Order: sequence, then structure tokens, then C-alpha cells
Amino acid sequence: MALPDILFYVFSTLMLLSGLMVLLSRNPVTSALFLVMSFIFLAGLYVLLEAYFVAAIQILVYAGAVMVLFIFIIMLLDIKASVKSSFTYLTAAAGGLMASLLGFALWQTLKRTSNTSLPSPHFSGDLKSVMRLLFTDYMLPFELIALLVLAAMIGVILLSQKESQDNKNSSQAAP
Amino acid sequence: MNTVWIILFAPLLAASLILFLKRWKALSAALSIGAILTGFVLSVQLFYRFLSLPPELATQLSPTPLKWLVVSNLFTIEFGALIDRLSILMLLVVTGVGSAIHIYSLGYMKEDPSFSRFFACLSLFTFSMLGIVLSNNFIQIFIFWELVGLSSYLLIGFWFHKDSAAEASKKAFLVNRIGDFGFMAGILLIFTYTGHFGFAENAQLIPQSGLQAGMLTLAALLIFCGAMGKSAQFPLHVWLPDAMEGPTPVSALIHAATMVAAGIYMLCRTFFLFSGSETALHVISWIGGITALMAALIAVAQNDIKRILAYSTLSQLGYMVMAVGLGGTTQALFHLTTHAFFKALLFLSAGSVILALHHEQNIWKMGGLRAKTPFTFLAFLIGTLALAGVFPLSGFYSKDEILLLALHHNPLLFAIAILTAFLTSFYMGRELFVVFFGKARDHHTYDHAHESPLVVLLPLAFLGLLSIGAGWFGFLPHFITPEGLPPHHNPFLGYILLLVPASGLGLSALLYLKQNPSDNSLKKVLGPIYKLLENKFYFDELYKHLIRWTQGLLAQVCEFFDLYILQKGAINGLSGGTQMLGWAIRHIQTGHTRFYAFLIGLGLACTLLFLLPPN
Amino acid sequence: MITLHHYLLVSGVLFALGITGLVIRRNALVVFMALEMNLNAANLALLAFSRYKGFMDGQVLVFFVIAIAAAEVAVGLAILVALFRRYKTVSIDDLNSLKL
Repeated sequence: MALPDILFYVFSTLMLLSGLMVLLSRNPVTSALFLVMSFIFLAGLYVLLEAYFVAAIQILVYAGAVMVLFIFIIMLLDIKASVKSSFTYLTAAAGGLMASLLGFALWQTLKRTSNTSLPSPHFSGDLKSVMRLLFTDYMLPFELIALLVLAAMIGVILLSQKESQDNKNSSQAAP
Repeated sequence: MNTVWIILFAPLLAASLILFLKRWKALSAALSIGAILTGFVLSVQLFYRFLSLPPELATQLSPTPLKWLVVSNLFTIEFGALIDRLSILMLLVVTGVGSAIHIYSLGYMKEDPSFSRFFACLSLFTFSMLGIVLSNNFIQIFIFWELVGLSSYLLIGFWFHKDSAAEASKKAFLVNRIGDFGFMAGILLIFTYTGHFGFAENAQLIPQSGLQAGMLTLAALLIFCGAMGKSAQFPLHVWLPDAMEGPTPVSALIHAATMVAAGIYMLCRTFFLFSGSETALHVISWIGGITALMAALIAVAQNDIKRILAYSTLSQLGYMVMAVGLGGTTQALFHLTTHAFFKALLFLSAGSVILALHHEQNIWKMGGLRAKTPFTFLAFLIGTLALAGVFPLSGFYSKDEILLLALHHNPLLFAIAILTAFLTSFYMGRELFVVFFGKARDHHTYDHAHESPLVVLLPLAFLGLLSIGAGWFGFLPHFITPEGLPPHHNPFLGYILLLVPASGLGLSALLYLKQNPSDNSLKKVLGPIYKLLENKFYFDELYKHLIRWTQGLLAQVCEFFDLYILQKGAINGLSGGTQMLGWAIRHIQTGHTRFYAFLIGLGLACTLLFLLPPN
Repeated sequence: MITLHHYLLVSGVLFALGITGLVIRRNALVVFMALEMNLNAANLALLAFSRYKGFMDGQVLVFFVIAIAAAEVAVGLAILVALFRRYKTVSIDDLNSLKL
């Protein structure tokens, strides 16, 4: 077996295990850290898929920014580790049922489709070609994404405002 | 335009015109009488033409039928007229007796506020009756059959503000309808087997078609149902006595001479159907015999001048039906004709009496009218003698033929017929003597009594002459059947026919030809039977209970169905079901986010699985 | 030999984990994290197709997905904070007033 294949199995197994631990931990901080681990292994998988830029972005944005935000919020809200277990039997059964059904659906779908064993030789995963595609064909979505991020930013600021004193005063002043 | 159509449609035209001209009484009466007199004259002309033509050419007289409804290859319904001996005879009877009665009505209905309406209804009736007589196929005769029923309803209930009249007309129509149901079933049954509605076609096709034995008997009996309804045979006889609520001309025209005779006519017209089924003929003759005897028994205990005559009509119709059942259509038609004459005569004279006594109808309030209304008395006398079958009036001849027929075929029926004849002469004598002889019982009405005007008496004279002479020279039987009836010399029968009416009249004279006659001796002799007879064998009560019981049952079933199945089941069920469904679905919306997520995942998995192609 | 189906299987399992986490956990933050796992599963699938079928569009789309995911997390957490201030809890079971 070649190294890439071994690496694939290692990375994917570890990633799935970390993902599982995210669900099973009682402490939210533990869940967050396990998620970070999962992201890092996922980035490894991306590298195996010759998507270098995306792998880098994954670690920078996801592991670096998003998860940090998560941990900040956990600490802000001062969420303790819950005493009782995180899920009941009923919930576990429901979840298990759903997961198995999805898995079954996935397996059946895969059984019916043709497999591509060899990676395509026409693939050139270098940054230049990706960016060329981004800035020509996908220019409009790019600009829209920028708008979306702007909107998200404004929304976040508005939503997280405390009910400030001057707001209360102004609402009382207007009869 | 063919004469036949003029005869048929003139009364209809008159009736429609009168609808607009109701205010002018004289004009309305003139239109109506003119129409039927035209019919009579043209019928006589048709009669002579028929006699002058050799038999093969006689069919030319029938006009070409009009194809009314053609359903591709399935069937054709025609509108046509059939002219043969039978229909010409009926045409003459209907228009002749009808004309007399129309003229009579001028006098009888003079004071009535709805004078014009009466003539319109009379003309409508004439049209319908002529339609029956001229029909050449089953559907047409059925249509006119119903029209005649309608006219009868309108005429019986002429004085509709009287409750009894309204009830009687309803009763007549409903009982008729029952008979017509059987009639229609029979028509359809025949059609199923032969595919044709016309009389001529069916006469040819029935022997060859599959309509034999049991089915043929069934079809024949169903058709006979129609005759039972129209000619008031047992057990559908209950409407005829009540129909006396109508004005007397109506009773004379419809319920003596013509409409009730339509049943007999129809039986003769469709005799090809009955001739193949012994059972049906047997049933028919027995029903006729039973009706004759039963009606005669009831008549003995009745006290209304018109009701006695009504039961007498029932009885004579029974004779005719019996004759048809015994295979003697000629005899039945002969008796139909003579009966039309003398029964109309009797009714019209009774009407003259009623008119003279200012609408008194109870015979026990009359008496000694012989002096006051001699002409009417003479008319009534002639009618009574003809009805009783006294030689040499017309009734004698026609009854003679029927009795002979019974004697040959069914001795038991012959005995019944003899008994009925005896009773007939008895109760007719009773009526004659009580009304016209003895001392007047109600002096007030007696003092004001007067003879009727000429317009009333002339038709009486006309009918009286016919009642006397219609049986002579064997003219009528010869016309009905070319060969006529076989001559017979049966001395036994001859003696019976002389003895029976005489004894009946004699017995009634014994009991009632006194200064103060009464029913006391009769009641003493009959005892409890008298009550039975007076109440018409309790048929009306029986039917009332029967109908109440069945209708109650039907109403209960419908109520159950409506309440439980429709209301609680369907309507409430629908609303309740929707409510339940809503309640059930509502529980999906728990507000519980994770539950929603679970459902989403589940739905996703199921959708994916559903979308997969089978391998 | 690692085929396309391997990657797709991994992606599928990751997705199943994510959506199961959505159903199982009570804590809203952990639910968010599970949602992030979902999005990453989609990314993996996109990249696998992109690599094995030979077109670059998959990578471009992944770029977009990451951007959107980040924006979504930000807004979602902001809402969560606002809710916490009001209801003093982060358990999503307590946020059930939208029921019949």
C-alpha cells in the first residue's frame, strides 16, 4: 500500500473519531477542541486531494477564526460542563435510527453509481488556475459573498448590542 | 289533412283556446261542443267509408304514422293512428256519448262559476280518450293513458275547494298510477323480447320471439295491471266510488262510458298477448268475476244515488273483464257499447234528479218523483231495465252473450255471473222505487222540484233510444267481428235470462214499492253482513293501514339513513375526521428543535431511498 | 487504491455524525459545532468530486462554502448571545414557545 492510501485511512479514521468525541463530550470546551482536531485532520485530507489552497484556508479560517469565536462565546456565557449525561436513551435511539437510515441511503446510492478509481490526470490543483476560475467565471458570487459577509457583520453587531441605557432613555422620552 | 287527425286534435284545440277565452262562457261551451260534434260527424263519415271499402283496402284509412323518436338501430317510437273495426267502434262511442254529455253539461253546469274551466277539462279529456282509442303502439297508448288519468284528476277534483273532492281526485290518480306501473313494466318486458312497440308488429312477433310460457304470462298480467287500474278492477277498485265527487256529467262520461272502458279496449287491442297464456286469461276472468260480484253486493247497501250507479259500473266492468278473460273480446266490446249507452243514460238522469232537488243526493231524502219529473223517470226506467237485462233492451243481448260464454267455459263463473245479475236487478229496482215511487220523504225539496230544461232532456232521449235499440238485429256484434257471434238457441239460458231480472226486480218491488220504504227488512235478513257491505268490505281502511305501515317503515329507514349514515357518518364524520387529523398533526409541532431536526434527517434519508432507482 | 467512493463514504459518515449531533445534544453551542461538521462534510465531497472528475469548480465552491460558514457562525452565535441574555439558558429544549 502506498503512503497516500495509508495516510487517507489514518486521517479519515482520526477525523471521524474526533467528530464522534465532539458529540459525546460533556464539557463544551472539550467538544470545541475535538472539533478543532477534526478540522485539522480534514485539512490533511484536503491536502491528499491536492486542494492545497483550500487546506490552508480551512486551517486559517475554520480552526483559527471560527473555533476561536466558539471558545470565546463559551467563555462569555460561562457554560459549565453539564452534570447529567448529554443525551437520553430516547434521543440516542432516535439519533441512531436516523444515522443508520442515512448510512443505508448512502450505501445504496454508492452501490448504484459508477466508481472512479483513478484520479483524473487532467487535474491541475495549483493556485493560479483556481484563482483564475474564481475571478472569471465566479466573479459575481465572489462579490455577493463579500456583500454577505458585510451583512453578517452588521447583523452581528446589532444583535449583540446590550440593551444600552441611552436606548432605554430614548424609548421612555418619546411618549 | 287526414280526417283522423282532425277528430283527434279538434278537442285539444278547443281546450287550448278556452284557456284564453275563459271569460266568455258561451264561446267556451260552443268551442268544446263544436269540437266533439265535429268529431262525431267525422267518425260517422269514417264509419261509412270503412263499411264501403273491401277489407284489404280498409287499412288505407289509417293515416301514415309519424316517426317521433328514432334511436339508431334500437327502436323507433311512432305517433300514428290505427283505424280498424275496434277503433271505429270506440270512436263512435266516445264521440257520440261524449257529444250528448257535452250538450247536457250546458244545462247542468249553468250556475257554476267555473263553467269555462269545465268545458276545457272536458275537451282535454276527449282529446286524451281519443288518443288512447287511436293509438297504434304501446308507448303512445301509455302517454294518452296518463293524459286520461290527468284529465280524470282535473275533473273529479273540479270543485277543488271541497276537501272530499280533492281527496278523491288524489286517490283516483294514485291508484291509477299503481296500475300504470305494472303497465309500463309489461310494455318494457315485451319490448325486451320483440324490440318493437307497435301493436301490429308485436302481434306478429310475439309467437316467434322468446316470450313464451312463464314470461308471457308475466307480461300479460303486468299489462293487465294497467287495465285493473283504469277499469277499477279488484283490488284497485277503490277510486271509482269516491270519484262520484265530481260533477254528474263527469261521472257519466268518464266513469261510466269512456275512461273506464279504456281498460277493456286496451285488453282487446292487445289480446294477441293474452291469447297465448291460459294462466293469464284465467286470472283475468276470475278477477272480473270477483269484481262483479263484490261490487254488486256493496251496491245493495249504499244510499247515495250516484254511488249505487258507481258500484253498478264496477260490476258491469267486471263482466266485461270476465268476458275478455274467457276469450270473448267481441262479447266484451258489445257489452261495453251497450253499457256506455244505458249507464250514461242512468247517470244523466240521476243528474237530472240531483238538479231538480237542488243537489240532494241521498235516496232516502227523495221519493215520489215520478209525478214531478216524469221524463227523467222514464229515462231512469229505461236505463234500469237495460241494465237489468230485460228483453228486448240492449242490455239483454249483451249480457246474454257474456253469460253464454261463461256457461261454456267456466260453470263456476257462470254461477257468479247469474248471482250478480240477480243482485244488479235487485239494487237497481231498489234505487228506482225508493227515488221515484212512494211518498216524498223530504217535503221541502220535493215542493221545489221541477223537470230539467230541454238541453238536459234531449241527450237523455238520445241515449234512451240507443239503450233500447242497440242490441237489435245483431248489428253491433256483426260490426265488431265480421262473422258476428255464433247464433245459439239455448232454452235453459233463455229462461234464466228472463227469470233472473224479473225475480230481482220483483223482490225489490216487494221490499221497496210502498208508501214508506226502508232498508229495515234488508238489514234484518242480512244481519251483520249489512254492515260489511255498507262499509264496502272495509277496503279503504285496509289500504289506509297498509299504506301507513309501509310508509312508516320507509320513513323510519330513511330517517335512520339520514340521521346515522349521512349526518353522523358522512357530515359529522367528515368534520370530526378533519378535527382528529388536525389534532394528530398538531402534535408534530412540539416546538422542540431537536425533534424537528430528527424529522428533517429522517425525511432526508427516506427521500434519498425513495429516489433511488431499483438497482 | 483510494477511489471516489472512499471519500464519499467518509463524507457521508461525517454528515451523518453532524446531523445526529443536531438531534442528540441539548447545548446550543455543541449543536452549532455539529452543524459545522455538516458543512465540512459537504466540502469534502465537493473536493473529492473535483479531484476525481478533473474540474476546478469544486475548489471554488468550497471557497464560498467556507466563507458562508464563517458568516453563519458569527450571526448564529450573536443570536445565541442575545437569547442567553433574555432566557439565561443555552439549552435549546428551553426555547420551545413556538409550539401549539
